[in-house]
Amino acid sequence: MRDEPTPPPIETATVHHDARHDSAPRHVSGAALYVDDLPTPPNALHLALGLSEVAHAKLLDLNLDAVRSAPGVLAVLSAADIPGVNDVSPVKGDDPMFAETEILHHGQCLFAVAAENRRAARAAARLGVARVEERPAVLTIEEAIQAGALLEPPYVMARGDAAAAIAAAPHQLSGRVEIGGQEHLYLEGQAALALPGEGDEIKVICSTQHPTEIQHKVASVLGVPYHSVIIEVRRMGGAFGGKESQGNLAACAAALAAVRTGRPAKLVYDRDDDMRVTGKRHDFRIDYRVGFDERGVIQGIEVDQAVRCGMSWDLSEPICDRAMFHADNAYHLPAAKITSYRCRTHTASNTAFRGFGGPQGMVGIERVIDEIAFALGEDPLTIRRRNFYPAAAAVAANPAEPRRLTQYGMAVEDFCLGEIVDELAESAEYAARRAEIATWNAANPVIKRGIALTPVKFGISFTKSFLNQAGALVHVYTDGSVQLNHGGTEMGQGLFTKVAQVVAEEFGVALNAVKITATDTSKVPNTSATAASSGADLNGMAAQLAAREIKDRISAHLAAEHQTTPDQVSFANGQVRVGHNEVSFAEAAQSAYFARVSLSATGYYATPKISWDKATASGRPFFYFAYGAAVTEAAIDTLTGENRLLRVDILHDCGRSLNPALDLGQIEGGYVQGAGWLTMEELVWDDAGRLRTHAPSTYKIPCASDRPEMNIKLWERGENREETIYRSKAVGEPPLMLGISALMALSDAVASVGDSRRYPNLDAPATPERVLMAVERMRAAG
Amino acid sequence: MTVGDAARELRFVLNGAPQRLESVAPTMTLQEYLRDVKGLTGCKEGCAEGDCGACTVAVGALRKDGGPEAGIVWRPMNACILFLPMLHGKAVVTVEGLRTEGGALHPAQSAMVATHGSQCGFCTPGIVMSLYVARHEDRHAAQDGRDGVSRAEIGDILAGNLCRCTGYGPIYEAAERMFSTPLPEGDLSARAGDAKAVAAMADERPLYLASAEGVWSAPTRFTDAAAFAKDNPDATVVAGATDVGLWVTKQLQPMDKILYLGRLSDAGAVEATPEGGLRLGAAATYADAEAAIADRWPDFGELLRRLGSRQVRSAGTIGGNIANGSPIGDTPPALIALGATLVLRHGEAQRRLPLEEFFLDYGKQDRRPGELVEAIEIPAGGDLLRCYKLSKRFDQDISAVCGCFNLTLEAGMVTGARIGFGGMAATPKRAAAVEQALIGQPWTEATVTAALAAFAEDFAPISDMRASADYRLLSARNLLRKYFIETTQPQTHTRLAAASPLEALDA
Repeated sequence: MRDEPTPPPIETATVHHDARHDSAPRHVSGAALYVDDLPTPPNALHLALGLSEVAHAKLLDLNLDAVRSAPGVLAVLSAADIPGVNDVSPVKGDDPMFAETEILHHGQCLFAVAAENRRAARAAARLGVARVEERPAVLTIEEAIQAGALLEPPYVMARGDAAAAIAAAPHQLSGRVEIGGQEHLYLEGQAALALPGEGDEIKVICSTQHPTEIQHKVASVLGVPYHSVIIEVRRMGGAFGGKESQGNLAACAAALAAVRTGRPAKLVYDRDDDMRVTGKRHDFRIDYRVGFDERGVIQGIEVDQAVRCGMSWDLSEPICDRAMFHADNAYHLPAAKITSYRCRTHTASNTAFRGFGGPQGMVGIERVIDEIAFALGEDPLTIRRRNFYPAAAAVAANPAEPRRLTQYGMAVEDFCLGEIVDELAESAEYAARRAEIATWNAANPVIKRGIALTPVKFGISFTKSFLNQAGALVHVYTDGSVQLNHGGTEMGQGLFTKVAQVVAEEFGVALNAVKITATDTSKVPNTSATAASSGADLNGMAAQLAAREIKDRISAHLAAEHQTTPDQVSFANGQVRVGHNEVSFAEAAQSAYFARVSLSATGYYATPKISWDKATASGRPFFYFAYGAAVTEAAIDTLTGENRLLRVDILHDCGRSLNPALDLGQIEGGYVQGAGWLTMEELVWDDAGRLRTHAPSTYKIPCASDRPEMNIKLWERGENREETIYRSKAVGEPPLMLGISALMALSDAVASVGDSRRYPNLDAPATPERVLMAVERMRAAG
Repeated sequence: MTVGDAARELRFVLNGAPQRLESVAPTMTLQEYLRDVKGLTGCKEGCAEGDCGACTVAVGALRKDGGPEAGIVWRPMNACILFLPMLHGKAVVTVEGLRTEGGALHPAQSAMVATHGSQCGFCTPGIVMSLYVARHEDRHAAQDGRDGVSRAEIGDILAGNLCRCTGYGPIYEAAERMFSTPLPEGDLSARAGDAKAVAAMADERPLYLASAEGVWSAPTRFTDAAAFAKDNPDATVVAGATDVGLWVTKQLQPMDKILYLGRLSDAGAVEATPEGGLRLGAAATYADAEAAIADRWPDFGELLRRLGSRQVRSAGTIGGNIANGSPIGDTPPALIALGATLVLRHGEAQRRLPLEEFFLDYGKQDRRPGELVEAIEIPAGGDLLRCYKLSKRFDQDISAVCGCFNLTLEAGMVTGARIGFGGMAATPKRAAAVEQALIGQPWTEATVTAALAAFAEDFAPISDMRASADYRLLSARNLLRKYFIETTQPQTHTRLAAASPLEALDA
């Protein structure tokens, strides 16, 4: 039934080439299989979740009689049915799988129902009756701050005496920016298929960025050792951080149902349930006080980041930390005090989302720079440049250069934004267009335009240092074909293609000689999430080491056979050269096999140089920084607040790109996702804590016709100073923050209304309503 | 209609193969059938409400007044909210059906591979199907790779297909590449076989399906539909199912008796009236009406384009948009501003009323049990009609405010005013007080300013997830100011919602 597309011609492109995504022909044919597409055994059960209809309550009683007697229902599962631990949290043990005594958010999972088909399960799931004693709900950042509802005491990252530096500076200003959250809206919702095996064995095929964590959570819920659980992930239909921890519940519920009934069990969230149940990007409220000199150079700054974490920790600790790490973005802060308030609210527990707190931290400082420029009547780009970290060359010349240090004490030694911004400002004709826009705005009463250039400096590494490790498993078969497995997961970013490129490059074989296989906890164990932009850096290195191990063995064998040394053996174009002799890679593999040489190897990589001490808030949390910059031009309608992005120019540093085509895809997709977050994507909860924007009908992500003209280039001079895989740089998250230029361009357009000295204070997302209200404020002040 | 005359078997063509089904649950969706029954899992579920387009398929009907030689007209539709019996007598093509017998990819597919148009790949089959249907539209098929296609057109083709990964640039490139690629020799996409297969199963009889799950009645003449509705006032009336589909997939409403209007041979017409106006049959889809409306009232045409994606416009009807009485339906404000008359039918009895009188209160319309919308009649005129749709996203979004203005000016005086608003009250509503403040006054800024206060007499909007009450009232007032600027200073730029804003602004 599912015929495979015709195989494409042999692809010889390896690293630094535009190899297409390995699954592309299957994607376009409908032959790429996602969890819900897998042939499901005929006796499989279909699950649905029963969800809370209140935000905060004591759960007195859960009556599931009507659920049990609904048509087609085969099993109902609640807290009492869990043989192991009732927890699906990633770190802190504070996310019950099924609420037991307390309800902590609207949409929290209370029970699961397994039925003959999905419709029956969904209908039955609505029949549960929770008897509750409602309690006051803390829903917003403001309410949490007022109530003192924090997950932990405020955490401070400080350098120098910020208050004194601000007081001593020639100029001061203070303000507040509010930044909304963001729904991931991966097109494939959370999904898991559990297949019971013999004894306590179970296999779960699911859509997750973190198979090892799912393995742990399933084992813990079922009360079995980790070795009894296998997790497999071939691909995800998008993730963006939303499948780092949020797949745990679906996988555990499917596994529990499978174990309880002895039948395969599948759970695929309906979109509305998905949006109600899962966490989102954290919304932030950032208060700032800054002191600066006549040239707009920051002397001291205090930043308070209040963060809505939701009902539990989830990954909020490292997310809030990363917001603090990026409170500087590209700018040196000589004296800084960053304080993080991790607010506990009765809303879904917010989670990882591309950028992981970094984007919100950056919006804060970009707002500060913009407002300084406004106060001094300067072009914001001028102020940005004046506050940049010193260039890499300047630091190399003077290793004690004081302006190289971040607010957490790490030296920035690879700073190249000066060059990138200069090149981009020129290619995008920033100055000329700014002048032209001013002319336009003077002549046009209704439609106003604005422009902004913002840079990105993004730290690469998990800030929990132990996570920076990866494993790979490579087999060479005697026909010369290669099978590759590693701990990274494929969510569309092209990781599998990049790592296969690395392995093909090492063996000197065509890319399609390397078979890519599903991520599987029984092949490569103890993996970290595919997150923090680290996928290619970590798994590419691990796969390279595995391939090199096999190569070394083949080389030693062939060298001995030909009475030469291993350094005389080379691999290229599908051939292995030994001195003056040449055999095919397959022949070399066969020869090694007959000589009883192992053709299978694991590779293991741990990122060097990094360290982080939370107690002193200092160290080197990042191996290196990724850089980029964007210019956005936008237009607003001053009568309605409608707005549109017109043109975007991007210059981004991917080091020596492993695959320029895939990297360009990450950059454009990241920008659009970032711009969407800051413009049209708005999450709205009502006073009862119920999410009102729980489907794409009410939560709007950018569509095709919103796409501005986009000119995107990789920075040609980019090369990673650190020893990363082929000197490339991570690209998953950094481009998202290029979208901040969209918000600043809209702010610039609003500022053109009248000639008021009042700063627009345009908060995010800049919906038509926020833009119109900002225009009204400008007019009122004008 | 007597049930005895009806066909009792659902027949349609799927990827070239005839399907015959006697027992079908009336609300089984095409997506459920494709995925669960046929194993065609290229049809993805992203939202189950017609907003993401991951389930897009091509649905074809034989060209009207032509035999099988005349071929099929294909339209993109969301399989997640199409009920299977709606496909009776139609052809369906899924992404699995595109490849030629030799296994080669269709240009819509190969272009997406070549331009790196897929990342996670989940939206990709739907995008391929939207491109495929566009490629085979008559005007593009006739040019076969020699015509250019504008960015704006591509934007409209793809507006109903959300992609969260790419940012859409590579997909635009794929579309351009596909449109400039001739269709391969012997391409299945000509689908002559489908036309023959559909013609072979053509059946002029009504369709009546009864199963344990309920009844599906699909008459072919409007009088029969009216009779059925009168006798069965409890039946759910379905035209395009772009709204009713969600009652099933989202609200899980039981629905065991459905009257389907999509097979009516005499209620889908879009006709010019002798007086120069337009008459829309109740079953006319947005797609059917688009050209005639855009030709007479360009702004109303653009409103139709924006209110839903091509998938939604291919299925949804203007009659349904009115009959469901939503306070945020986008066609009623424009139709009210144009002075449209609604024709209702109860059995043999027909009555007519000004459209604005149909909407009584939230969720309450002047429609008796068993009464059907028969037609909408729009009078000639409306040269100064302007339609404004305010939403968070320009395309395929529900309006926070939809304001439509239609003034009559004579010698600088306002001699007539019809203003319709959506999103400002519990129903689509005429701005009567504002109209009164304008009529008889000179069309000047002073008149506009004086009339602004009247908005508060007409409307007390609510705050919800789309906008606050303050924004609604303020922007509604500003729309009158915008209308004044547009009708008195045509050289002033006032629109961002244009398909190609940058070119428009540079002009």
